[in-house]
Amino acid sequence: MQLTLEFGGGLELLCESVKVHNVNVDLQNGAEKLNMKDLLCWVRTNLIKERPEMFMKGDSVRPGVLVLVNDCDWELSGQLDTTLEEKDVVVFISTLHGG
Amino acid sequence: MLAVEMKEAAAKPVKAGGRLCCICNKRRAALKRPKTLEQICRECFYEVFEEEIHQVIVENQLFKPGERIAIGASGGKDSTVLACVLSELNRRHNYGLDLFLLSVDEGITGYRDDSLETVKRNEIQYGLPLKIVSYKDLYGWTMDEIVKTIGLKNNCTFCGVFRRQALDRGAALLKVDKLATGHNADDIAETVLLNILRGDIARLSRCTSIITGEDGPIPRCKPFKYTYEKEIVMYAYFKRLDYFSTECIYSPNAYRGFAREFIKDLERIRPRAILDIIQSGENFRISTSTKMPEQGTCERCGYISSQKWCKACVLLEGLNRGLPKLGIGRSRGLNNDRKKGTKESNAKKSIESKQCGTLDF
Repeated sequence: MQLTLEFGGGLELLCESVKVHNVNVDLQNGAEKLNMKDLLCWVRTNLIKERPEMFMKGDSVRPGVLVLVNDCDWELSGQLDTTLEEKDVVVFISTLHGG
Repeated sequence: MLAVEMKEAAAKPVKAGGRLCCICNKRRAALKRPKTLEQICRECFYEVFEEEIHQVIVENQLFKPGERIAIGASGGKDSTVLACVLSELNRRHNYGLDLFLLSVDEGITGYRDDSLETVKRNEIQYGLPLKIVSYKDLYGWTMDEIVKTIGLKNNCTFCGVFRRQALDRGAALLKVDKLATGHNADDIAETVLLNILRGDIARLSRCTSIITGEDGPIPRCKPFKYTYEKEIVMYAYFKRLDYFSTECIYSPNAYRGFAREFIKDLERIRPRAILDIIQSGENFRISTSTKMPEQGTCERCGYISSQKWCKACVLLEGLNRGLPKLGIGRSRGLNNDRKKGTKESNAKKSIESKQCGTLDF
């Protein structure tokens, strides 16, 4: 599944200072859909190069990290249960850096 | 490139969860407000976000027509959004204010020099004149030089004390009537908690005030006192505002970091917690028997101080004499040496010796 992932607010520093990643995420064998929970696992394994604790806490993002799916707050679409579709754009922004 | 992708994304069919805005009932909701849990669209969000800040400004009489106002600008999200919203509200509601950007150059290579570039772009984007004051000019030391001398311990104390005074000095140079800072609701809730954890009664009682220092030369105000950090970041993101977001290279304040994380954890469970903590802070009653420091002026530089010398002068004296520990910690400062023999309560000393980290409260 083709997705565009964007990291901002300092989170890009955890993935080699690259803000926008065009990625291809393979569905787990048998699975038909990809949800945010799956994507976070994938991001942690494949994109986050340092200090993963700045990005995740438990199986979700660290509190203070905002997530938007197609420019919509993920709190409106079910957070971890949000189902992703081909060409979706997912944005992660930290609110925890500097003022 | 990114903008093009975003447009494509917005054009995609609305999927499950694509609910309508509860204010206009027309457009697709774009975010959930932490304050009210309302689901609102981008356009309605801009409106309620800006108008709530306008209400706060009016109800608390933060500004008077004709005043010159400096916006403390770090290039970060809060001050960038503050500059954007204040210049817009000033136009829309005819506040009649002369707005300026005021930045402090601490002299931190790879951090402040980069963020100052953002402020310089903001100067052009919002058409606000910019003044930069530097530690090097004011104190003869950059933070890089200070860290070279004292290491990474207590450096945030130096930086915090110097920044507070640098902003006042810059504001005086600009001849402004007031300084507006970007402290948001999350910052204030965090500071309430920190002041409780430190037993810092003097700061606890003033950290929730929307205007401080009215008895001093340059009062400060916080138009974002009731504004959630989430909404500030969402606003900056949706409006594609240009801000800088790198943590200071000289290590963040760990103690504050814990308080921050705690607040964010609480917010996830119950977003109202942030406003409730602020309210708790406001409603604390300080017992009348608690000794509060008396405000005077520094004998050396004339800055407001409750001691013989202000904190910046004590720290500077230490740096220049090669005794950087001077003024750090609870006792053995210049002031305390001088006051030997006078009766001074320990309570007062402990109030004086605590720093608030990188936020100026």
